[in-house]
Amino acid sequence: MLKSRQELKDLREKCERAAKDEVRKILVCSGTGCVASGATDVYDRFKGLLAQLKIPCSVSFIEDGHGVGLKRSGCQALCEKGVLVRVEPEGYLYTKVGVDDCESIVRETIEQGRHVERLAYRDNLGGLCKRVDDIPFFKKQLRLVLENCGNIDAESFLEYLSVGGYSSFEKALFDMEPQAVIEEIAESRLRGRGGGGFPTGTKWRQVARQDLFPKYVVCNGDEGDPGAFMDCSIMEGDPHRMLEGMLIAGRAVGASEGYIYVRAEYPLAVRRLRKAIADLEANGLSGEDILGSGFSFRFRLNRGAGAFVCGEGSALTASIEGKRGFPRVKPPRTVEHGLFDKPTVLNNVETFANVTVIIGRGADFYKKIGTESSPGTKAFSITGNIENTGLIEVPLGMTLKEVIYDVGGGMKGGKRFKAVQIGGPSGACLTEAHFDLPLDFDSLAKAGAMIGSGGLVVADEDTCLVELARFFMNFTQRESCGKCVPCREGTKRMLMILERIVSGNGRPTDLDNLLDLAGTIKATALCGLGKTAPSPVISTITNFREEYLAHIMDKRCPAHSCEKLKKYYIEPELCKGCSKCQKLCPSNAISGKVKETYSIDQFVCSRCGACVPGCKFMAIKEAW
Amino acid sequence: MENIPDLERISGLLDPFRGSPSSVIAMLQEIQEHYRYLPREAFPILAKTTGLSEARIYSLATFYENFSLEPKGRNIIKVCDGTACHVRKSLPILERLRRELGLGPGEVTTKNLDFTVEVVACLGACGLSPVITLNGKAYPAMTPEKASLLLHSVELGEGSE
Repeated sequence: MLKSRQELKDLREKCERAAKDEVRKILVCSGTGCVASGATDVYDRFKGLLAQLKIPCSVSFIEDGHGVGLKRSGCQALCEKGVLVRVEPEGYLYTKVGVDDCESIVRETIEQGRHVERLAYRDNLGGLCKRVDDIPFFKKQLRLVLENCGNIDAESFLEYLSVGGYSSFEKALFDMEPQAVIEEIAESRLRGRGGGGFPTGTKWRQVARQDLFPKYVVCNGDEGDPGAFMDCSIMEGDPHRMLEGMLIAGRAVGASEGYIYVRAEYPLAVRRLRKAIADLEANGLSGEDILGSGFSFRFRLNRGAGAFVCGEGSALTASIEGKRGFPRVKPPRTVEHGLFDKPTVLNNVETFANVTVIIGRGADFYKKIGTESSPGTKAFSITGNIENTGLIEVPLGMTLKEVIYDVGGGMKGGKRFKAVQIGGPSGACLTEAHFDLPLDFDSLAKAGAMIGSGGLVVADEDTCLVELARFFMNFTQRESCGKCVPCREGTKRMLMILERIVSGNGRPTDLDNLLDLAGTIKATALCGLGKTAPSPVISTITNFREEYLAHIMDKRCPAHSCEKLKKYYIEPELCKGCSKCQKLCPSNAISGKVKETYSIDQFVCSRCGACVPGCKFMAIKEAW
Repeated sequence: MENIPDLERISGLLDPFRGSPSSVIAMLQEIQEHYRYLPREAFPILAKTTGLSEARIYSLATFYENFSLEPKGRNIIKVCDGTACHVRKSLPILERLRRELGLGPGEVTTKNLDFTVEVVACLGACGLSPVITLNGKAYPAMTPEKASLLLHSVELGEGSE
């Protein structure tokens, strides 16, 4: 239990020394992705091997900083190449490490400092990348928020201290007045990373100036956008950085309780946060009279129960209060009537993580990164049909092309780029025409898109964008909370039309109807989720009208993806007239005479494909 | 794991929350984790401990997708259909699983309560898409064939818990 600033400083120094002594480290990536690929077994295997070979190894450093530090790190970002293992001090990164590979790593690298070439990362051209810095994927990235993620043991409070942890909070608590903390954040022009991009400093000011107590700090970890996992990676990989940001916010606005709302689908994040909070309590960094400063702050963790709408501020606070997650009419805004009707600072995980950086290094440092109106960095999860899928962090204002080609490594399998969906079901798709668009809050808003939570899903030429629009509409429709009519009924109608189009029953008036409905929902829905629900449809119609028309007018799917638009026909030259296909057809669509040619009636055919495997002469062909 | 709802047991699960009405969602989660669904016997007890009406608690149970009023299977398979998994073809995996388990339209749990197949929006493992989880363990880069093999391994008593 730390009782004063000095005690915190002493412990931090001790940890820093221990970290210096610990020359050799094995960092086994233990993010959700690598755990799924078997990271736990790899970790255990290393532990067993080191014990067997009598190599001194410390799993909880500090006690003895010597020997090999074996660590469960946060996400090391190249999720697809997992299990990732990095060995320090050489900095060798090994990919796709299995239990059987551990022995070569220990024998070669740990014992003799040699590189194991077969496990190394290879770039798109097959070039060998021994170290993380050699990999093109990382070269253009700037890791501020994710600085520690993947470099320290994600579950260790002491390791967080060893990299200067809780020094920003210490500074905010003892060296700065609460007002000065808020002004520093305002000065940095930090904008909320949850999607809207509202200035964080302004929000904090509004909460601080009210005289209503208690006040609350709430962290939105309900990252529901399918295809986004940045917040998940921060909560799992460096939970203390986010908690430190919340403590700073609490000190700045005069709140004494912090709530963290995490999606139930992130069990690992929940577990690591629980451990981190328990460590804070045990060390006196949360609770009454923290470090003798008179400031008290407690954390509470709430798990979501599967409702996308709870990512919306007022729905989230309702859910913490034990109610249905319904958004309410605003104003009054969350800063005035937030949790339990009290003034509330509600920020997203990444925003709080940024706060720690800004207070630690100053607003002037922070403003130099990114663009004038959108300073700092943004974490994106980049997925879909792209070479390097994973977690990235780049300065705001980087162009879309740089993100996709220089960081993402270009399209998978040499396919052609078609579109990138940014901002999930509330976002929009961008095309080649937007390649030079800088990714920042204002430029994206101008292009009709939004950063949203930061999911980038890349689609290649084989992806049908009408079907993708249907997919998002299906998601929003299912997740609509049902409170307001435009969202509840409107999304249903839009989905109905889209389903009709992808199954080949589209009507010429459908596009106009879709845009009409979209306009109404956008203008009249109650909350942000409803208002942005039509965005994917609007942007795909704007950018890919031809593709919609092909589905509606020609009953054709140019991407060869919509199964219902596939046609089957019998090649007369190959057909021997055996009649087998006729017997297999459940819809009686095939007719003909034995020993003559058979044919398929396109109006009756249900496109099930049952006839195809039955034809010994391979006479039944697909056409698009 | 217990299957016959036992009133004392339920009360015991709720003790740590000390009847706070704002903890009612956490209480429902606790009960669901224990029984794999929300037995109807739990509602009057919850109402009594929290002071909320049964109707109000029922409205929570139906609003949040994680809660189930029907018993779930011994093995729970979640098929991720987030955007990343979707564009890498997750639906054929779901269709294969449902077909092999003989699940009819609208059914999520097999009649013998061996399996429940659910669709989830995103598991946060997009780099490994398409992903499915079996009893909480994630299986990356799935195909319908791999999913089918996984199913058989459980049926043979290997991967189940």
